[in-house]
Amino acid sequence: MATTTQRPAAAPPSTRDLLTRPDRRRHLTDRAMQGVVTLAFLLALVPLISLVWTVVANGIERLSPYFFVVSMRGVFGGMDAGGIYHAIVGTLMVTGFATLISVPIGLLTAIYLVEYGRGSLARAVTFFVDVMTGIPSIVAGLFAYALFAVFFGPGVRFGVVGAVALSVLMIPVVVRSSEEMLRLVPNELREAAYALGVPKWLTILKVVLRTAAAGIVTGVMLAIARVIGETAPLLITLGVIDSINYNLFEGRMMTLPVYVFRQYSQGLVPCSPDQLDCIATINYDRAWAAALVLIGIVLLLNLLARLVARYFAPARGH
Amino acid sequence: MAQRIDVTDLNVYYGSFLAVADVSMMIEPRSVTALIGPSGCGKSTFLRTLNRMHEVIPGARVEGKVTMDGVDLYDQAVDPVAVRRQIGMVFQRPNPFPTMSIAENVLAGVRLNNRRISKSDAADLVERSLHGANLWKEVKDRLDRPGSSLSGGQQQRLCIARAIAVRPQILLMDEPASALDPISTLAIEDLIHELKNDYTIVIVTHNMQQAARVSDRTAFFNVSATGEPGRLVEMDDTRTMFSTPSVQATEDYISGRFG
Repeated sequence: MATTTQRPAAAPPSTRDLLTRPDRRRHLTDRAMQGVVTLAFLLALVPLISLVWTVVANGIERLSPYFFVVSMRGVFGGMDAGGIYHAIVGTLMVTGFATLISVPIGLLTAIYLVEYGRGSLARAVTFFVDVMTGIPSIVAGLFAYALFAVFFGPGVRFGVVGAVALSVLMIPVVVRSSEEMLRLVPNELREAAYALGVPKWLTILKVVLRTAAAGIVTGVMLAIARVIGETAPLLITLGVIDSINYNLFEGRMMTLPVYVFRQYSQGLVPCSPDQLDCIATINYDRAWAAALVLIGIVLLLNLLARLVARYFAPARGH
Repeated sequence: MAQRIDVTDLNVYYGSFLAVADVSMMIEPRSVTALIGPSGCGKSTFLRTLNRMHEVIPGARVEGKVTMDGVDLYDQAVDPVAVRRQIGMVFQRPNPFPTMSIAENVLAGVRLNNRRISKSDAADLVERSLHGANLWKEVKDRLDRPGSSLSGGQQQRLCIARAIAVRPQILLMDEPASALDPISTLAIEDLIHELKNDYTIVIVTHNMQQAARVSDRTAFFNVSATGEPGRLVEMDDTRTMFSTPSVQATEDYISGRFG
């Protein structure tokens, strides 16, 4: 007789048994996956922290109120002088103008896609927005240069050209993020407005846009952060200059990323031993300090975006 | 200010799909008309054609006539936006505007239309509309709190206040109490009784007792099979409908034998 038949029929497991039986495999898998996820997070953090650390460590030394308020006009060699005022002005003006171009176009496109777009035209717009997202920034720069060269002749360089180049990069980001935010607005709110006899355009303006405002602002800020560090297209369209230029419509302009590139590419200064105020690494120091300021500006923009988003956020109960 | 609606030979399409066919009915002024029927029979669709709200859905269109006080709502010269100002609507799920306070929600019909209104007129309108919706006592001390801070039943009454603040002639209600608990439902039903004095009300409901409690006339819609259009089976005084309906299907549905 086989041994199995001799055993008494197995009693059904007790409820206590069912509820407390350890599931070793699941526990192990759970632990392992938690470990992998945490490790991945820490790994992702390493370059970020190292980057911030390097920039702060290298850049903090050169930072001073003086550095913020002077340009590079008349600064040469290893002189312990010069600042980034002209580059901050250029960056804020060019990026600001690019935002001025991109937000209306991008937002209106998103509204068209969400509220009006039907059929093949909407599909085509979506497709080309996706294509635009992938345009290399240098191509955007060449495009803007070529466009303005048609009207102003070859060698054209002024602020608006750079702003147009940046807006080519910004528009698809604004369209995409705004589109998603607009789609998140529940249809019930649109219908509620229609049922009150509110025309469609006012519904979009005062209900849909208002409800999505926080998300749209965040999206725009992200788009700004995306382009504020662009170097290549601005090198082509704005060139390099050492003095302050407040005019977007005439003359070259400096921007922070181009400033960093320019300083770094000038390299070490050959100091003769009798020159006491000559700093050999001055160009590198300025580059790092400008990079730190650029990161600071992006950080400030993000904080600002959060504040604005909180202001626009739908009121919560209690 | 309440007016009657006449519907003649109405067909409603979504694209090429005929959703509701051959509906003719008369909706009496200052009365409550209940639309009942199983899910998918087209009663909500029909309700939305009464203030041209179904046009919001792409591809939706109608054939036939819906006249209010002799004017065809689907006439070329009629503006759907103007129609909706005369025929308000309350939806199944309470949908106060999340970015607005209680008072702003009531004023939404005015403010969203960019109409100027003096502060005292606005306060007046808010109070009157909230009184009309039996909500004033509960919210009068927190008018500037967000509309979403209210309970579901209060939110629904806020939506009714918002709808009557634009002073429509007719009020359409699409299962206004189906997302609410029995006590809030009772509050809404009491309110419907009061509103009947000033407005013509059409209400869609899945709740037979509710139809029996609140309505003067009841219309029963049915659909023979999925993919077939919904049709109006019969319409009569609510008392007659619930005691001696003339069609067997109505009796079966009301007594719970199907649906």
